[in-house]
Formats: sequence, C-alpha cells, structure tokens
Amino acid sequence: MVSIEDYVARIEETCGEEKDFIVIFKYDKKEQAVAKILKKAKIEKSISAIIFELTFKNVSFRLYGTGKAIFRDLKDKSELQNVLVDLLL
Amino acid sequence: MLDPYKIREDFPILKRKINNHPLIYFDNAATSQKPKQVIEAIKNFYENHNANVHRAVHTLSQEASELYEKAHEEVANFINANGMEEIVFVRGTTEAINLVAYAWGLRNLKKDDEVIVSLMEHHSNIVPWEILSKINGFNVKYIEVNDDGTLNYEAFEDMISNKTKIVCVSHVSNFSGVINDVKRVAKVAHEHGALALIDGAQSVPHLPINVKDLNVDFLAFSGHKMLGPTGIGALYGKREILEEMEPFQGGGEMIREVSFDTITRRCSITWNDLPWKFEAGTPNVCGGVGLMEAVRYLRKLGMENVNAHECMLTEYAMQRMQECQKVKIYGPKDASVKCGIIPFNVEGLSSHDVALFLDNYGIMIRSGFHCAQPLHEIFKLKSSIRVSFYIYNTREEVDRFIEVLKEIEQV
Repeated sequence: MVSIEDYVARIEETCGEEKDFIVIFKYDKKEQAVAKILKKAKIEKSISAIIFELTFKNVSFRLYGTGKAIFRDLKDKSELQNVLVDLLL
Repeated sequence: MLDPYKIREDFPILKRKINNHPLIYFDNAATSQKPKQVIEAIKNFYENHNANVHRAVHTLSQEASELYEKAHEEVANFINANGMEEIVFVRGTTEAINLVAYAWGLRNLKKDDEVIVSLMEHHSNIVPWEILSKINGFNVKYIEVNDDGTLNYEAFEDMISNKTKIVCVSHVSNFSGVINDVKRVAKVAHEHGALALIDGAQSVPHLPINVKDLNVDFLAFSGHKMLGPTGIGALYGKREILEEMEPFQGGGEMIREVSFDTITRRCSITWNDLPWKFEAGTPNVCGGVGLMEAVRYLRKLGMENVNAHECMLTEYAMQRMQECQKVKIYGPKDASVKCGIIPFNVEGLSSHDVALFLDNYGIMIRSGFHCAQPLHEIFKLKSSIRVSFYIYNTREEVDRFIEVLKEIEQV
C-alpha cells in the first residue's frame, strides 16, 4: 500500500516562534510528488515556474521544484501528515 | 592575500552542481569543506597505518601512535600552547566544554558560586552550565549584549565578583561574527580569582590564535570547522589546571594502572599522564590525523591571510547587500570587528523560505536560530539567515548571491 513515506524523505520541524515544517521529498520521487501536489493544490503564484505559492484546504504553503516544501501555521505534525496524505495519495 | 581560485582546486566538492547551478557554499560557520590533502591523509591512514594507539608493540601501532601524538603537537603549535600535554582531543567544541563542566565544574562549583556566560553563546556553552547548576546549586549569570551585537564589557565587569569561579565566553559569535576581546575577559576573570573558558569554535579556524598572549585557561574548538573531519576537536587547557583536574570519563587509555587489592577487595587506580588522562577509550586516531593535515594546510596559507581574505569578503558582501531594499543586516556594520559571518533577514519572508530559495540556485546558507536562541530572543527575531565565508569563497560568488537575493526580494 502506498503511504506518504514513499514520497517523503524527511520532515524538518523548526524551533522557536516560527513553527515551520519543511518537507523534503525523496530524490527519486520528487518529480512525482511535485506533480501530484500541483494537480491538487491551487496555485496562487508561480515564480519562474520553480517556486509555487499554493493553497490547499485553507493551508497555504510554498513548493520548490527542487522537491522541498515549507508549511506554516499548522497546529502540529499530525495536521501536516493529514495534509500530505490528501495531497500525495 | 590568498588566491581563492587556486585554493578551490584542492576542494573536490566545489566542483559539484546543485540543482544544475554551481555550488556556492556559504555555510562555513556550520562546517567547512575538506581539501584533498585532508581526504588523502585519512585514506592513507586507513590504507597504510591503521591500528589502535599506545600499548601494543607491533609496527602498525607504533606508527599510529606516532601520528596521533604528532597531531597533538601540531595542534598545540597552531595555537601556541606549551606542548601536546595541553591539548586534549575530543569530539568537538561541545564535548570540550562538557569536559570542563564535568571534570572541573562538578568538583569545584558549589552552592552560592557563580558561573558567568554571555547571552551571545552557542547553546553548547549554556546548556552544560545550566545542567550542572541543577546538580551543584550554583548560579549562572548572563552578560548582556549591546544593540549592535557586541559584548557589554561594562555589564560584565559590574557583574563579576569573588563568587565567580569561571567565565565562559565565545571568542567569535556564531550568530553575528563579532570578535570578543577575550584577553580582556580573561584578565578581569583572573583579577577575581576566576578561570576563563573560551569557545573558539568560530575563531580558531579563522584568526591567528596565541593562547599564551590571550592568557585564557581553556580554549575549546572543533576540527570540522577548520577543514578537518567531523568527530574530532580539541580542548586546550593550561597544564597546571589540567593536572589538578580529575578525569572526565573512565576507561582504557586514561589510566596508568588499575590494581586489585586483595584485602580491601577494591581496585586502586592511577591516572595516565596528560593529555591521555582525559582521552578514555580508543580515540579517534584517524580524526586526529585528518585534523593535523588541516592545521598544516591552514599554516601554509597563514592565518593572517585567512582572516584578511574573510574580512575582504565580509566587507564586500555587506556593502553589496545594501543594494537590496528588503534586506536587514544585524550586528556591527564594521567588517573589521567581525569574522566572516553576516546575519540578516529579508522583509516579509521567513529565514527558511530564503534558504530554500537560495538552495534552488545552488547557494547553501543557514537559516533558523543557529543554536543561539537566547540572542535571537534578545533581538526579537523569530529566526535569521546566516552567510559565512571561508578561504575558498570568492567575490564572484558574493555577486551571484546578491543577484539571487535581489530576485528573492521580488517574491
């Protein structure tokens, strides 16, 4: 069964007031992950077609063509995982 | 002056491309890249000389022991210590500070005593003292930092008293790059009967260091920030202080004798000579060999030249960053009081956003707190971006960085 672990290599949780989550997709799956996300999320802004500002179910985040995404204003890691499940699976 | 283009030929990693862009490595305060001379020394050790050190009489062990001891000597010479007895190899700066905290502090710090640290310290020079204070009941006091990120010496001199037993200050701030006058700090500490421990993680790789001139009691630094491998660093300690101290960890190598008394049914132990008394267990021999090669490389360049090159780059980068409307630089504006580090933010963007954007263009910088959260809180910063230079960085790399920074401003 496919899970988000198939796409996600690591999740970096930043400390301090800015509770950002940085999701790093697996090198060999990053193009698939980026394509899936771009299909489901709404593109608010695209910068040189390599950086995308997106919204999905009231969650705004930024996706990088290099296979990284930064999520903010999420309650906790489990909320992030729910969003990733909806985006990737 | 250094020739960074010639130097770059020694660093294989700098030929890499990241996201189809030439790698620009501006995260040197976190760790430095390694020249082929260091990589070769490590390879040569494992291919030709690998054995455990001391005790064994066979040829390989003798060779490995000689190399490991020579590494201590070369590191001692690099900072002008009296000899290898004053150089303890550790995993890095963090372990060096913990060694002092536990081997010296545990026995010498009591209730009502005071330890002074500064608010600009890396967590590694705060946390061990806070942990130990919970055990021994002493007080930890923090030296304030001025608005420009420099140390408030007047506040320090007002705060120190005869209750102070040790003053722990970084030589160079890992956030702002500010160079602290640790000679002055040590002098004041000694006038009050206290010791001075200096975190040299950001100074030893970048400045000429003379521990005799600075007259500090301890100096902690890491090999991996000065072209050496990870997992090796050093604690310099004045011989007479190290001799008085009890060991940090127990095990093989740090003992001369462990004899069993058949009457008391206990073992009596005598410690080994310096520096081995503080190096329990099989040490990181290969790490030591790599660090020795790194020190040789830096000595050949000349530390004055290393510092001058970084000063030039810092000044140039700070000047060019003024062209960016949304960039705010923290700390002193005078590059000569700094050491190759520029902290900043881009208005309207989080530090991690900027780091990911730069990564997209092959530019590696650090975002977050850089293990200096208290200082960020003082400056009311949620986080910051840090660029830090080393011997292989060039003005052209700074130009490219500015180009991308200007693009980021358009986001």
